[in-house]
Amino acid sequence: MYRYDDRDRAILNDRVAQFRGQTQRYLAGELSEEQFLVLRLQNGLYIQRLAPMLRIAVPYGLLNSTQLRRLARISRDYDKGYAHFTTRQNLQFNWPHLEDVPDILAELAEVEMHAVQTSGNCIRNTTSDPFAGIAPDEIADPRPYCELIRQWSSFHPEFAFLPRKFKIAVSGSQQDRAAIRVHDIGVQITKRDSDLGFQILVGGGQGRTPVIAETIRDFLPEADLLPYLEAIVRVYNRLGRRDNKYKARIKILVKALGPEEFGRRVEEEWQQGKDGAEKLTPQALQWARSFFTAPAYKTFDGSASEAALQQQAEGDRAFARWLERNTYCHRVAGYRAIKLSTKPTGVPPGDVTDRQLDAIADLADAFSFGEARVTHDQNVVLADVEQGRLYALWQQARQHGFATPNIGTLTDMICCPGGDYCSLANAKSIPVAEAIQRRFDDMDYLYDLGDLNLNISGCMNACGHHHVGHIGILGVDKKGQEFYQIQLGGSAANDASLARVLGPSFSRAEVPEVIGKILDLYVQQRRTAESFLDTYKRIGLQPFKESVYAKAG
Amino acid sequence: MPKPAKPGPQPGNPSELIIDGEILPNQWRLLAQTAAGESPDIPAAGKVILPLRQWQAQRRALTARSDEIGVWLDSDEGAESIGAAAAQCPLIAVHFPAFADGRGFTTGRLLRERFGFKGELRAVGGFMRDQLTYLRRCGFNAYAFEGDEPLASLHDSLHDFSDSYQAGVDQPLPLFRRRL
Ligand code: HEM
Ligand code: SF4
Repeated sequence: MYRYDDRDRAILNDRVAQFRGQTQRYLAGELSEEQFLVLRLQNGLYIQRLAPMLRIAVPYGLLNSTQLRRLARISRDYDKGYAHFTTRQNLQFNWPHLEDVPDILAELAEVEMHAVQTSGNCIRNTTSDPFAGIAPDEIADPRPYCELIRQWSSFHPEFAFLPRKFKIAVSGSQQDRAAIRVHDIGVQITKRDSDLGFQILVGGGQGRTPVIAETIRDFLPEADLLPYLEAIVRVYNRLGRRDNKYKARIKILVKALGPEEFGRRVEEEWQQGKDGAEKLTPQALQWARSFFTAPAYKTFDGSASEAALQQQAEGDRAFARWLERNTYCHRVAGYRAIKLSTKPTGVPPGDVTDRQLDAIADLADAFSFGEARVTHDQNVVLADVEQGRLYALWQQARQHGFATPNIGTLTDMICCPGGDYCSLANAKSIPVAEAIQRRFDDMDYLYDLGDLNLNISGCMNACGHHHVGHIGILGVDKKGQEFYQIQLGGSAANDASLARVLGPSFSRAEVPEVIGKILDLYVQQRRTAESFLDTYKRIGLQPFKESVYAKAG
Repeated sequence: MPKPAKPGPQPGNPSELIIDGEILPNQWRLLAQTAAGESPDIPAAGKVILPLRQWQAQRRALTARSDEIGVWLDSDEGAESIGAAAAQCPLIAVHFPAFADGRGFTTGRLLRERFGFKGELRAVGGFMRDQLTYLRRCGFNAYAFEGDEPLASLHDSLHDFSDSYQAGVDQPLPLFRRRL
């Protein structure tokens, strides 16, 4: 992974000192509420319903065990002993004291971490594929580019006060696992002949006006990445609306101008700065790549280790299930990637305790070269596990509550903090997740349903990605009461699409039953091996509507 | 270019400002914008900063005084509205109607990097101390604060950061080029 040198450290320490000064000025009454708001948000600090909330940046989701242990310690010493993995591969603390934040940042800086630009109207943490570097379908490792983008965008003097927040995601694989089509900029690594380059998409996003991004360039040569991104953000900074925060995202600008015209303006801007200093030199690319080399893999006979694994699976049904759902192909023979599930029934999705953070660090050290990755579905990946040691890993993961074999199923839901923590919520979302987990607790049934993304947001800001869930649940407010709207047919993958509203909303108590009816219809209608999403695409919304809203009797 | 919903307050004329790291008396008088079509009241002598529209209309008539005629750009008036003429300007002021309106950063950078502006680049309006490093990196060398904070306590913030990752007006090479 990327390691800081003295210059990164100097920049980060300057930031810690700067934020300490800002906090002191605020506490002394020298900074207004409004001014401090902007400054603290650029440092990931929200003031929430119950306490401040601090969002820590995890660049493209990658963490080492030292960092994990430090996060565990911070959650113990400054918080209530737990933390929360977010859909943007970051980590949040829900109960820090404002006065302690500078000290927390100093603790983070010691392990090369920070909270820079995790919120606010600036370029946020760049996200990527949690299987970067090991996925068999990878065209090229996205992480060196993510790191270059991280450096370019950190404290960017021109772009710290954009019209609105700005999110970039990079995918290096054929399968998009970074949801690039619902980001302000999506970067898809691609090849033309043998040259590496990027397909550039702009104007995607969720929130109250969800939009799927449009391609403005099919192939951008590798060296041009940063000048091109700079051109996009510059056009947006100048032309994006600033009169209405709901219309300030780049997606609104791209819609208003049309993607062709927007793309034309970007090209024009880019032509002027194309060969400027940010153009990536071969040395720079090589330097960035040097941080993401393959670890010291052993050589295995793939088929022998596969056979041994099958034998273990046959002997232990619980292990077999976990193997089936929670492990992934690796491009090196004899290795697999695994996902630790943070979603056993009754735990808010993405929540981990300080001990679990320490346990992830231990597992990473013991099984995966000391590294882990946060995923956009709020789980954790260990990327480089020897097949022969999966059984041992599974047993340990189980002791720490991480081995629920539900990855990719209905109960592996994405869920925002909702009304339990968030001051913007219309409704609670964590209890809805739990009610659904309780009702659908039969693993065989979940496996039979197959891959299913259920996403829950407590309001239209869409932090829980309800627009792109195969099934989306949105908390709405009706005359001061909490209701839930159901949506179907969304996807954040290559076939990205926005879910459509099923019909009038339901009370919280009704939600599990409604989900049950939707699933019943799917099971009844599906063709062999057809996924929920495919069935939905084939038969459309209407049959689901009829079945859910049918009058009893 | 989109305007802010509410036109912000017009920039004022503080008596002192920070120029090139020093606290100096303000020698220029900034004229507020007049409504469309009205002819501006330009003082017969002394250094004045004209709103873009007036500057465009009066520039030629005032050629003899070109050393004492500056121009100010509102946040929706980009650098290209002056364009190549920037190189001859003694002073350009960029208005920040509110500290969250970050268009002026782009304007500053383009004036310096694209249009060859060498004169005084002055930030005016509602920017704040914590933006000084960014302003400096985007090419601003003068800061006309309007609040009541003592200037002496502000100018430390010009160097909140000792180094930077990306290229800027102050540092034309990004860190990745300087590292190797
Ligand atoms: C608890 C404090 C939080 C607050 C106040 C908050 C606020 C918001 C707001 C206002 C938006 C709408 C932005 C827009 O439409 O432009 C938004 C979007 C979003 N938030 Fe949050 N959020 C919170 C927590 C989270 C968490 C915990 C996650 C991840 C689990 C998250 C992930 C997202 C995502 C992915 C979006 C959609 C971004 C897009 O439009 O592309 N947020 N949030
Ligand atoms: S979706 Fe709404 S309720 Fe949920 S975290 Fe985001 S802002 Fe809060």
